[in-house]
This record gives sequence, C-alpha cells and structure tokens, in this order.
Amino acid sequence: MGAFLTLGIISFLYKDNPWYKFCEALFVGISAGYWFCTVFWSQFVAKLWDNIYPTAGQPRQYVYLVGGILGLMMLLRLVPKIGWFSRWPLAFVVGGTAGAYLIGYALSNGMKQVKSTILPLWVSGNLNATVGNIILVVGTFCGLIYFFFSKEQKGTYGKVAKLGIFFLMITFGASFGYTVMARMSLLIGRMDFLFGTWLGLIK
Amino acid sequence: MRREIPILIAIVVGFVYVIQFFVPHAPFDKFQNWGNDWIQIIAGFAIILGVLNLLKVSLEKVYKKSKGWGYAVIIIIGFLIMTGAGLFFSGGKNYQNPGTPFYYIFFNIYFPLNATMFAILAFFVASASYRAFRARNKEATLLLLAAIFLMLGRTPLGDYLSAGLPTGWQLKNISDWIMDFPQTAGQRAIMIGIALGIISTSLRVITGLERTFVGGE
Repeated sequence: MGAFLTLGIISFLYKDNPWYKFCEALFVGISAGYWFCTVFWSQFVAKLWDNIYPTAGQPRQYVYLVGGILGLMMLLRLVPKIGWFSRWPLAFVVGGTAGAYLIGYALSNGMKQVKSTILPLWVSGNLNATVGNIILVVGTFCGLIYFFFSKEQKGTYGKVAKLGIFFLMITFGASFGYTVMARMSLLIGRMDFLFGTWLGLIK
Repeated sequence: MRREIPILIAIVVGFVYVIQFFVPHAPFDKFQNWGNDWIQIIAGFAIILGVLNLLKVSLEKVYKKSKGWGYAVIIIIGFLIMTGAGLFFSGGKNYQNPGTPFYYIFFNIYFPLNATMFAILAFFVASASYRAFRARNKEATLLLLAAIFLMLGRTPLGDYLSAGLPTGWQLKNISDWIMDFPQTAGQRAIMIGIALGIISTSLRVITGLERTFVGGE
C-alpha cells in the first residue's frame, strides 16, 4: 500500500494524472481525520473534559467551560446570521498572543540577541575571534539598517544597507541549503523504501 | 457591539497577559495558565472548523456532481476511516500506540503520502534554484555560495572533496565558519527585526489601534 501511494505521488513529476489525484485526495481526507482525532484527544478530552470531569479525588474546574464556550462560538462561523460571534474567541486569541509575544519576543528575540551582539572588537592574541566578532557586530548592525525603511537608502546610509543585504543573502542561502538537504533526505528515504523495503534491491 | 466587544476583549486579555509578566502572582498567574489552555481549546475548535468546512465543500461537490466529485468522495471516505479508527477502534487516549488501527493507517497511508509529498518538492526546489541561483549579481552569488558551501560541508561528499586541504580550508570548517559568523549576523538582524515588528504590532492590538482582526460589520 505504501509503495502504491508513494509511486502515485511521484507520478506527478511526469504530469497531473488520476492516480496522483486519488493519492492527493486520500492524503487530504486522512490528514483531516488525523488532525480531528489529535485535537479530540489532546484538546477536548485532555484539556476540557478531564478538567471538568476529573478522576476521583480531583476538584472539578468549571473555569475550563469558558474555553469550551469560546471554542463553540468559533464554530458559529458556519452559521452566517450569527457568524460574527466567532470574533470573540478570535479576539481572545489575538489579545492573548499579543500580550504574551510583546514581552516574550522582546526578551528572547530582542534583548538576548542584542546582548549577544555586544562583543569586544579586539580579542588579544586571537585573530579568528577578532574577525568573527567584527563580522557579527557589523553584520547585525548593517542588517538592521537595511530593515529601517523610514529613511531613503542612498549615499553612505545606502551602502551600509547594501552591506546588510549581503549578510542577509548569506543567511537566506544557508536556510535554502538546509531546506534542500531536508527535502533530499526525505526523497532518499522514499527511494530507500521503494528499492530496499519494497523491492529488496538495496540490502 | 459586533466590533466593540471583540476589541475590548483583545485589549483586556492583552493587558492581563502583559501584567502577569510583572506581577507573577494570583490572580494573574492563574489567569495566564487558564488563558493558555483556553487558547489551545479554541485552536482545537478552529481546526475542527477547518475540517467541517472541508467536509461541507466536499459534500457540496458530490451533491452537485461538480467536476472531480469522485475525488471529493475519496476525501470524505479517507476522513471517515481515519476518524473512525482514531475515535472508536484504537483504545481511547492510547490511539497512537503501535498496533492500533489508527497507528496502522498512520504508518501505512499517512506517513508515505506525507513524506513523498514533501520529497517531490526536492525536484521543484532544484528547478527553482536553477532559475534563481544563476549568479546574476553579487547578492545572488552570495546566496548561491552560502548554500553550496553549507550543503557540501554537511555531507560526506564535502569531506571527500576537501580531504587533502589544510584543516581551515576544508569544506566542513568553511561551512561551520559561515554558520557561526556571517549567517549568525544576518539571522540576528532578522530576529531583532522580527522582535521590533511584533512589539509594535502587539502594542497596537493591546491599545486598540489594530482593528483589522474584527473585519467589517
């Protein structure tokens, strides 16, 4: 079954065909079912039901009904006349996420990264560390200058921003390299399955 | 009422979440724990909403006999089989354990489909990179070189090709140097940029200036 489905998806490389479309539709249906079950057991049962109807000896926490009611309001989106009620849980998520991220990102992405970038530009007796630190400080500064769009990027300011783009391009290149490697490793895994596990050609 | 109450909810919840960082005591710490769980429950319902919407669209396609309605039937059957296995025939909360019908379907259908779907992206990435990676200017050349050095430095081929070179010039070490310094510098600029963006957007939400999430009337 695994080989049939694997070959069906790979057949798309030739052209779109009914075999691929069958596999794609099955993937969508099975994925929906997978997430439905995962949400049911990990959210509805573990977070909602088990807190309201806990095992013997544990107090009932009716406060979790609020989450359940907000969740049900989310489903009202399917009823056009009262669909606007779904904005309430959405607002709760947006507000909570904004509040949590405001401090969380300021600490982790902001403060900690700035602190890590405040480095000595001269490390006595260690040329590697000196060059490395200069690259880190200059690269981070120039990259940030590039992201500052309130001033037109021309003249000296533009040159600094241009240097920032170079550093960003190296970062994107590294991310791209990792993405390609991840996809290739998946492809090798599928080929290993087809030629090894299924056909037995690879020992 | 349709816009004001959601905006008020976002402002109050946002403020309480911020206050809890500075006053990590009752009642704020409790509210944060409950709030996090409520958000997870809401997210669960949001996924259910998406699944129900998918079923609605598929059923409509079948009912109207639209083009490709047969594939919509496959979607519905796939959903019912997986859901049935996970909810009723796989031992309740232990539905993911090896040996259950849910695990069997996951391992023999979901996993091969998912892995192959992402694996064929390797071909599209290769074709896209051929077009994007032609070293047409300095920026594209840097991107190309960083990707090539990283891929060679992280694979046995790189070790083989640069085995005879001095240690500092071996592809693995060049790749490590790129990752440790220029890549980290760019990454930090991006992360600080993201932090500044999130701080400003969050402040707009919490002060009620950002209202796009409530949509129109």
